[in-house]
Amino acid sequence: MAYKIKSAECTVCGACEAECPNLAISLKKGTYIIDPAKCTECEGQFDSPQCAAVCPADCCVPA
Amino acid sequence: MGNVIKLDGILGVGELKAATDAPPASGCTSSACGSSDGPADMAPEVWEKVKNHPCYSEEAHHYFARMHVAVAPACNIQCNYCNRKYDCSNESRPGVVSEKLTPEQAVKKVLAVAQEIPQLSVIGIAGPGDSLAAGGKNSFATFEMLSKLAPDLKLCISTNGLALPDHVERLKNYNVDHVTITINMVDPEVGERIYPWIFHNHKRWTGRDAAKILHERQMLGLEMLTSAGILAKINSVMIPGINDEHLMEVNAQVKKRGAFLHNIMPLISDPAHGTHFGLTGQRGPTAQELKVLQDKCEGGAKLMRHCRQCRADAVGLLGEDRGDEFTIDRIEAMEVSTDDAVRKTYREHVESERAKRAESKEAARAEVAETVSAEVKPILVAVATKGGERINEHFGHAREFQIYEVGHAGAKFVGHRRVEQYCEGGSGDDDALSTVLAAINDCAAVFVAKIGGCPKKTLEAAGIEPVDSYAFEYIEESALTYFKAYAERVSQGLAPNGVTRDAVIRPAEPAALRA
Repeated sequence: MAYKIKSAECTVCGACEAECPNLAISLKKGTYIIDPAKCTECEGQFDSPQCAAVCPADCCVPA
Repeated sequence: MGNVIKLDGILGVGELKAATDAPPASGCTSSACGSSDGPADMAPEVWEKVKNHPCYSEEAHHYFARMHVAVAPACNIQCNYCNRKYDCSNESRPGVVSEKLTPEQAVKKVLAVAQEIPQLSVIGIAGPGDSLAAGGKNSFATFEMLSKLAPDLKLCISTNGLALPDHVERLKNYNVDHVTITINMVDPEVGERIYPWIFHNHKRWTGRDAAKILHERQMLGLEMLTSAGILAKINSVMIPGINDEHLMEVNAQVKKRGAFLHNIMPLISDPAHGTHFGLTGQRGPTAQELKVLQDKCEGGAKLMRHCRQCRADAVGLLGEDRGDEFTIDRIEAMEVSTDDAVRKTYREHVESERAKRAESKEAARAEVAETVSAEVKPILVAVATKGGERINEHFGHAREFQIYEVGHAGAKFVGHRRVEQYCEGGSGDDDALSTVLAAINDCAAVFVAKIGGCPKKTLEAAGIEPVDSYAFEYIEESALTYFKAYAERVSQGLAPNGVTRDAVIRPAEPAALRA
């Protein structure tokens, strides 16, 4: 259970990084990635995955 | 780089060192007391805050430069006129940048620009996303460093307002005394046609709920700014058929909550931008539609008419963009210092010029008020200028014309029109000339430092009088002198009383042509 970022559509704005409650998102080689080991899909934390809710490009999706 | 403005060109030869001891201005220093208020029209502490800020004072925009640092790429709302995926250096409009900067890079860029451009007085953060989204982390990190390294530069931000109530206290602590909020509606029914969604309180909201939350946060944020003594400018995008008439209500509501200035901007819409409005064929307003709405709002919150809708990484005087000179690569290689001596000298000079300018404008205004009948309708004149309130640009080199309305009541700046440069490398381009004609078609005359014989004839045929007899003179005084003679001709039946033509608003030319 984890989310991923479709890098081709990502605008590298960083909105997701700021919202992730698990610090699972980081910038690697100019693109944001989600660490599947840390991602909880925000279950038990919020109504919906925060990265997907804030992403302007709608590119945070289930892995 | 075609649009570099040398200090001498702005000030006039030898003026930088000229001693001035003119008496202080009195009475109404701006000719129309409308878009260009001066020290007599506001409290001294407010004048102190705005007098050197090109975006908050029409007068200052002739003398001072601003730069935006693009440290805030994240956003917390989606607007139908914005496409966050699109970032092309051939575009010049809000929300668009070529390079995103880290706070450290931004600070180095500011110091580099400050030592090259002594007119620099303001550092703004305007995105390319929202400056307060993602906790405002990058914006505040930038302000933290700048407030120590360049304390003479004013700091300002622009925001959609959603996160603003959470940050007013912090802005106050960094001495940010100018905040711009983009407010396009005060009614969620209108708002849902502009904002498809917002992200607030860990949730994506859509439809009317989203617009309602955004509206309430914007009003709360504005009220908090007013209480904190921070000047608020309101930007509104005029979207014909959606919020055009509604913006009068927006004007009234923001005035009630203490907004200092209201800036109504035309929607920039093109399918190539990939925005919702661009793709669905939503049009922007014409020049006269925009002006009519702005005129209807006069008497409410004061209107700003000199906005150039600049990029989130713009550098220079309004109307120019020297961003290309300060790319990350070039800045990394530059030696920068924190010495502010030249900026100081420049500001002292402008300060001494101000009183003289106010007197001279007032004298010209008084003469027209006494000698010209109020029956003569006001006219618009287009002006080719490089800044410094002078007619100092060649017709063929102008990339924009400033528009002044001049009549019995005085002369005032009412806007600008971007054009394609007519003369590139010595020969005239007829396609470009037709775009110039369309852009200033509602004007009775165009004031230039110089103009060739061919465009002169075309302008005359279109009913726009080319005037080069005021070359290098001050704009407002020249406009008033011209109007006096024009009124004379009207009374003799030699000129029409008023112009009823409309003009076309175009977005900026591609940056590629500017290099």
